[in-house]
Amino acid sequence: MTFRIAVGALRRRSRDAETFEAPSTPAASAPSLHGSLQIRHVDAGSCNGCELELASAFSPVYDAERYGVRLVASPRHADALIVTGPVTHNLREPLLKTLAAMPEPRLVISLGDCARDCGEFRGAYGVAGSVEEIVAVDAHIAGCPPRPSEIVSVLRTFTGQ
Amino acid sequence: MTPSIGGGVASALQLLWVLLAGPLALGLMRKVRSRLEGREGASVLQPLRDLRKLSTKQRTRPTDSTWVFAAAPVVLVASAVVAAAFSPLVTLSALLATRVDFVAILFVLLLGSVSLLLGALDTGTAFAGMGASRAAMVGAMVEPALLVAILAMSLGVGTSNLSRLVGVGVTTSTLAGPARILALVSFFIAILAETGRLPVDNPATHLELTMIHEAMVLEYAGPDLALVTLGESARLVLLLGLFANLALPWGIALGTGALALVGGLLAVSIKVGLVAVAVSVFEVTTAKIRLFRIPELLAGAFLLGVLSVISAVALR
Repeated sequence: MTFRIAVGALRRRSRDAETFEAPSTPAASAPSLHGSLQIRHVDAGSCNGCELELASAFSPVYDAERYGVRLVASPRHADALIVTGPVTHNLREPLLKTLAAMPEPRLVISLGDCARDCGEFRGAYGVAGSVEEIVAVDAHIAGCPPRPSEIVSVLRTFTGQ
Repeated sequence: MTPSIGGGVASALQLLWVLLAGPLALGLMRKVRSRLEGREGASVLQPLRDLRKLSTKQRTRPTDSTWVFAAAPVVLVASAVVAAAFSPLVTLSALLATRVDFVAILFVLLLGSVSLLLGALDTGTAFAGMGASRAAMVGAMVEPALLVAILAMSLGVGTSNLSRLVGVGVTTSTLAGPARILALVSFFIAILAETGRLPVDNPATHLELTMIHEAMVLEYAGPDLALVTLGESARLVLLLGLFANLALPWGIALGTGALALVGGLLAVSIKVGLVAVAVSVFEVTTAKIRLFRIPELLAGAFLLGVLSVISAVALR
């Protein structure tokens, strides 16, 4: 029984995975990455909308891993830092420490509208500022929240796969 | 037997084989796992791309760490390739193959595990220390299970030399027997624990509290991380290769002729590939067991090894 399920799954291509419009050839790629991008994610004060979509981007439907992207457990292993949400006073220091722990060359990607301009939370007493007011940002993924397909296509521009 | 040029070539071939086959086996296992989860998954070559990229990155060191932290990845890789050079993987006639017994090979591998453990303790971080203490606990129970399993197989043949042990399997048909089957099952469970696979440790986990091996390497970056990944994958294929050759010895080269070596290389690659796919399928269909359950599993593996020894002695 288990064997039959296993064989069936091995033979089946993931059909649903191609339902979004992915760019046929990625626009640009970072040559120093050699087609491999390891990501560390920091939630700097997000409402968790972006987290859900980021998790979806690595789900069986969108499967960002097939393009050479992987989420890792330590900033030491990461090439890129994905930051979501407006940066709160409490998370400002941990964000800077996480970035400092990453080996060079490193990228910072801000995810979602709040990361760009604090969105709904601009001026709130707990908010220290947008991501680019705290650290230098290399790329931005727009949307509230961004669609998983858009997250995947931006990540593909870095891996070139 | 004096060391020969052919034996040297064979050892060099085995040494290079574990370094290349390791990352490929890792890619294959991730691919099979992805497909079984209904995903397309990364390419089989992805671990090689990761290693290439990591080798160009900055090397970071925790502020309070010493040379122990820096030396650990090098010792890990060195121990894996030294053990591979003298093991019966591609051929039975590798350099010193008739002089080195299984205790020596397993203890050279142990040197790598211990150095990684000390490197983790050297960082002084909470999670690395926790990972190191867990790895020490698992390691203390894995080593006797590994040793007793191979001891049981060697009792039936009357030699502690791995090459002769595999060679006897090629030339005679005395493979199937209660002693050997029990020993192989015990050896397989011990390998899963030693290489940090499910159900003992989850190699893909992001939760620090569930980590064993991953927690120890959290502080390594760039070229150091590449060495750790390379060393871990090399010892994975070495142990899987030893298991495959003990279970199904056919196809291994008997001498060191060019044709025999190519045949042996193909045979060991196919056998390790099959075992790696089997391990992945097993991993997808099983869940990680609780940390305090691991001693029960490994005590079970040890018990199978002891039963195997008893039956080997009783049936002789």
